Amino acid sequence: MTPDIIYSGAGMVVFAMGLYGVIASAHILRKLVAINIMGIGVFMLLIATAHHDTLIDPVPHAMVLTGIVVAVAGTALCLWLAVVIRGLEHDAASHPSQ
Amino acid sequence: MNNSLFGTPLLPLAVVIPLIAAIVSLLLTSPRARSITGIGFATLLLFALAPWLWHTPGADLPTSVRYALGGWGAPLGIDLHLDGFATVLLLSTAALVLVLSIYSAFYFAGQSQAARFWPLWWMLVAGLNGVFLAADAFNVYVLLEIIGLASVALVALAGTREACTAALRYALVGLLGSLCYLLGVALLYRHYGTLDFAQLADLAQADPLTWAALALVTAGLLLKTALLPLHFWLPSAHANAPAPVSAVLSALVVKASFYLIARYWLDILSPAVTDLGSMLLGLLGAVAVIWGCVAAFRAHRLKLLVAYSTVAQLGYLFLLFPLAASGTDTHMALEAVVYFIVAHALAKAAMFLAAGNILRACGHDDIARLRGVAGQQPASLFIFAIAGVSLIGLPPSGGFIAKWLLLNTAISSGQWWWAVVVLCGGLLAALYIFKVLNLAFVRVDLPSGQIPQPVSAPTHAGMTLCAFALAIGAVALGFSAEWLVTLLDAGSSVTTFSQGAGT
Repeated sequence: MTPDIIYSGAGMVVFAMGLYGVIASAHILRKLVAINIMGIGVFMLLIATAHHDTLIDPVPHAMVLTGIVVAVAGTALCLWLAVVIRGLEHDAASHPSQ
Repeated sequence: MNNSLFGTPLLPLAVVIPLIAAIVSLLLTSPRARSITGIGFATLLLFALAPWLWHTPGADLPTSVRYALGGWGAPLGIDLHLDGFATVLLLSTAALVLVLSIYSAFYFAGQSQAARFWPLWWMLVAGLNGVFLAADAFNVYVLLEIIGLASVALVALAGTREACTAALRYALVGLLGSLCYLLGVALLYRHYGTLDFAQLADLAQADPLTWAALALVTAGLLLKTALLPLHFWLPSAHANAPAPVSAVLSALVVKASFYLIARYWLDILSPAVTDLGSMLLGLLGAVAVIWGCVAAFRAHRLKLLVAYSTVAQLGYLFLLFPLAASGTDTHMALEAVVYFIVAHALAKAAMFLAAGNILRACGHDDIARLRGVAGQQPASLFIFAIAGVSLIGLPPSGGFIAKWLLLNTAISSGQWWWAVVVLCGGLLAALYIFKVLNLAFVRVDLPSGQIPQPVSAPTHAGMTLCAFALAIGAVALGFSAEWLVTLLDAGSSVTTFSQGAGT
């Protein structure tokens, strides 16, 4: 029971740290990393939930796997947008008329 | 239970048709074929849901339907759940998607974005329909992400720096909201050992862990619904997107997360709901109504004005919670809010399309420079005015009936102060609508150097017709109150969800 509480508590702490990072940091990449840290916190909690005394509950594992896929897709989309914005800013800088 | 009319096996089609449409439009190479299939699939979607359209009041309607995909059933399989609230939202989505698909076919004609627009568009519709039919807390998370990612990519389609920056902020906010929601779901699973909505509704108690879960789920969904003060991302995202995308974001996407909040608060976790929490949501909604109207009035761009108007209109929806908390008027409050959702969806979509037409015809949507636009764009301005009538809540229109129902509920539940908010919101809405109409009708004799620029991209008559159809729909809704209310009564999510769960 104790490891479960430690892991769950740590998951919540990681989530809170990520949340602080999203709000406090100004840079977009830092925000994105912080969001991923939040995700890791949730996944830790789920994995701790899956662990019972003798048997292991597969449902939270499936949730974590799905969550990872979603996080990868979201992160990729954000990074792509950041690259596009950078390109547009570069264009605007080289053509001041726009 | 008589399912012959409802044809339950047709239920998955609401999600399957958009998914097939997404794949087909990804495979097609000809722009013309893509548009035609887009419109075709939208028509098909509406017809698949048609059994609900022509039901007669008093017919033997099931209160809520549950369909186990592949016959697996909860808790292992994926279930679909349909009640009156979901039916109304599904039908409004299907109708709006058809009109917006036709508009998009004209809007993106001859543009390279069309190739990316159609697959994303159909993914978004699949996600929306999936959320309305969801019966499982975790599926909702996945579907919310599908909606979020598709919406972000659609906003970025506009290709400008403003649009991409708004899209990135929208994406970050969306991910943040989803993770808060997911943490709430994780806590629920830990506590109750199930993700199924019906089972959760049976098990839910008022204890600290459920409160924490409800708070996290609500915070995540509020971020996506853009309730003040979490609205900061909405105006730029909705204002910078291409016109049909703005329309669907304001009309449907924010409503999907509101629908989930309503399900969680009124049904799934209702034992954990406190009066204080309901009051707080209502209060934030009331502030959103007033503040959104003021911000809309001060906006300098037409599409920004319409986007801020969405912030205000979303505020009304949250009056549901304090009004429903009184207990006796729950159903009446839900009726009022569902009516409001449909009326706002039609009017706001029409308004965004009209604004999009003006933006395309004039090459800008700077309100100060729109003086005399009525001469160039009489139809678009006329549509803007009709949609405005519904947003203000003037009779006869859907918006009027919706506000009248809200006022009625506020008075009968003894919470008259919400009625004051509704009335003030109407007056303030009139201010920003007339600001646009007034400026546009002013006849100005411009110096020769300031003659409005030549039309940058001509608007097709079809685009005007689509916007007009939506605006007329918003007004016509005022005459079909009974039809909509019966549809909703076919299954009230509040009272019959747990009973319907066993079927």
